[in-house]
Amino acid sequence: MAAIAIEHLGKTYADGTRAVTDLNLDIMDGEFLVLVGPSGCGKTTALRMIAGLEEISEGTIRIGDREVNNVPARDRDVAMVFQSYALYPHLTVHENIGFGLTLRKMKKPDIDKRVREVAEILELTDHLDRKPRQLSGGQRQRVAMGRAIVREPQAFLMDEPLSNLDAKLRVQMRAQIARIQRDLGVTTTYVTHDQTEAMTLGDRVAVMRGGLLQQVGPPQTLYEQPANLFVAGFIGSPGMNLISTTLTVDGGKTTFGIGDTTLEVPESVLHQRPALRNYAGKQVAVGIRPEDMEDAEIVGDEPGATLTSVADLVEAMGSDVMVHFPVQAEAVLTEEQKQLVDETGAAVAGTSGTVLVGRFSPRTRVYVGQPIKVRIDTARLHFFDLQTGKSVWD
Amino acid sequence: MATATETLDPTPDLNTSGTPSRSIATRIAGRLGQGTVQVILIVIAVFWLVPVFGLLISSLRPDTANSSSGWWTALTAPSQLTLENYANLLGESTITSSLINTVLISVPATVLVVLIGALAAYALAWIDFPGRDWVMIGVVGLLVVPIQIALIPIAKFYGATGLFGTITGVVLFHVAFGLPFAVFLLRNYFSGIPRDLLEAARMDGGTEWSIFRRVVLPIGLPAIASLSIFQFLWVWNDLLVALVFADPDSQPITIALRGQLRQFGSNIDILASGSFISIIIPLIVFFSFQRYFVQGVLAGSTK
Repeated sequence: MAAIAIEHLGKTYADGTRAVTDLNLDIMDGEFLVLVGPSGCGKTTALRMIAGLEEISEGTIRIGDREVNNVPARDRDVAMVFQSYALYPHLTVHENIGFGLTLRKMKKPDIDKRVREVAEILELTDHLDRKPRQLSGGQRQRVAMGRAIVREPQAFLMDEPLSNLDAKLRVQMRAQIARIQRDLGVTTTYVTHDQTEAMTLGDRVAVMRGGLLQQVGPPQTLYEQPANLFVAGFIGSPGMNLISTTLTVDGGKTTFGIGDTTLEVPESVLHQRPALRNYAGKQVAVGIRPEDMEDAEIVGDEPGATLTSVADLVEAMGSDVMVHFPVQAEAVLTEEQKQLVDETGAAVAGTSGTVLVGRFSPRTRVYVGQPIKVRIDTARLHFFDLQTGKSVWD
Repeated sequence: MATATETLDPTPDLNTSGTPSRSIATRIAGRLGQGTVQVILIVIAVFWLVPVFGLLISSLRPDTANSSSGWWTALTAPSQLTLENYANLLGESTITSSLINTVLISVPATVLVVLIGALAAYALAWIDFPGRDWVMIGVVGLLVVPIQIALIPIAKFYGATGLFGTITGVVLFHVAFGLPFAVFLLRNYFSGIPRDLLEAARMDGGTEWSIFRRVVLPIGLPAIASLSIFQFLWVWNDLLVALVFADPDSQPITIALRGQLRQFGSNIDILASGSFISIIIPLIVFFSFQRYFVQGVLAGSTK
């Protein structure tokens, strides 16, 4: 087991494409770190540089005490699980799992013992004599995991290992990966584009975009205190509602408007975000998580914290109800949302309005076309600078 | 959610879900179409096999019978069939020694081409080195060089180096002219192996050599099998190269059989049995390798 230290890591391809820029990350011994971001954000390139499959253009990578920039992949003592599993088609499950040990000239009885131990953990014992083509997707995935585990490496690297599984199996395997990692205590770097996977698996999550690290921290911190608009929009499903508005300071009250409604920023928020006072009279991006909205019929309405609108779409999810409703306000779109709007054209209601999504209690009786009152938990509002995109703190 | 998916699994029942059933006329037409193809294939097969079969019968008939009646008469009078021709032929020392020569030429010329070709193909497909693409272009260029234009210069070179008239000389010539195709074929096959597979082997601690031996070679077996058969048959059946570079001591069976023809004029008994002896070994090679012509060897390795 070893820590991984990444300093000023950069990657420029021969054609001039920059995949990773000035990446700094300290992955602690035994930690489960998830690299997450949209496709093309540089997360896989970063992982491949740690693995030794991609040359490093700038910066250093240390695994344990050793700088590994010029150490070939086979000598880095890290194991990788590939998105495609990359099982050797001509070898049995037993030989696949034991391949790394065979190459290291370990004795056959020892290999057999280790392979069987790992097969036991992964419930593959009955399949040891089969070839990969005789296995289901989930079993192949477990063989790929087994191949990494059996070597007892310093670190695991996983490149979207669950993306080829169906939704149900993915949830099961996610839990299994989390359990195995916790039991073995091996430092793990996990790449995914799925924010749910990132949030559920990672001790810490590093969000990347365009080759740049946006924020790194425990999942809950990313969720509650996103460093910028991108992280705010990327983490959480459905994403945070982001609206452009003007802050008004009148006497002791700080307010902003959404359509005809004026919402008040509570004292606690101003206390947490002292810099917000500098935005008096200026445009700012306000973020509201869907779960910070509720049907006012259930929790009661309160002046300065209630919006009125008409339900546009109601999605009953069982555990909660997603209510989409339009408001007269300008939306702040993150790059990904812009892309989504381009593709579907569905998320924006007209040019001067935007559709907000609220996650209501299943007790709500809201139906499509009904005028609704939405109570907003204003103590949990988020604020971002529209120019820099950064969260407004102090 | 998970259990709901399980119980509600809406696997469509293909028998009852109303896939448009083909009309009887369509099915009959389909059967007829299949039947026609089969008939054509059988006719072609018979067309090809009848002369071969005739040759086989002729090789089993005495010279006198061959010169007085057609081979098909043996079908009604099988008593005339005899192994005498084969015994005579194998008693002839030039035939047996040239058969041995053919093996001594064909086996090394095949093994070397496959071995060198596979190593070069792996490097050209998966190892980054300066000028790699130019080497590949050169290999493709060599594919179109006809061997005839090299005969005289190489004959001179062999004369100067003492390789002329030796089995080694013939083998080297075959290796040189077999390699471009071998490299081209294997390189294309190897570069189709998923990159992840080689990277996984590298992460598992593989050196280039162990990746080549333990991953690329076994996966490349279908291509290697076809190449081996092509190369072996090509060398085994070669007459031109052997005519130029072999002397009576190193001549292969193709030249020896041709020699028999010139000596005796009408000698169908020797020619027929000689031809059969000369195709037995290629047939063995073909049938022992053909099981590797299995498609989908990579199935299950990824996804």
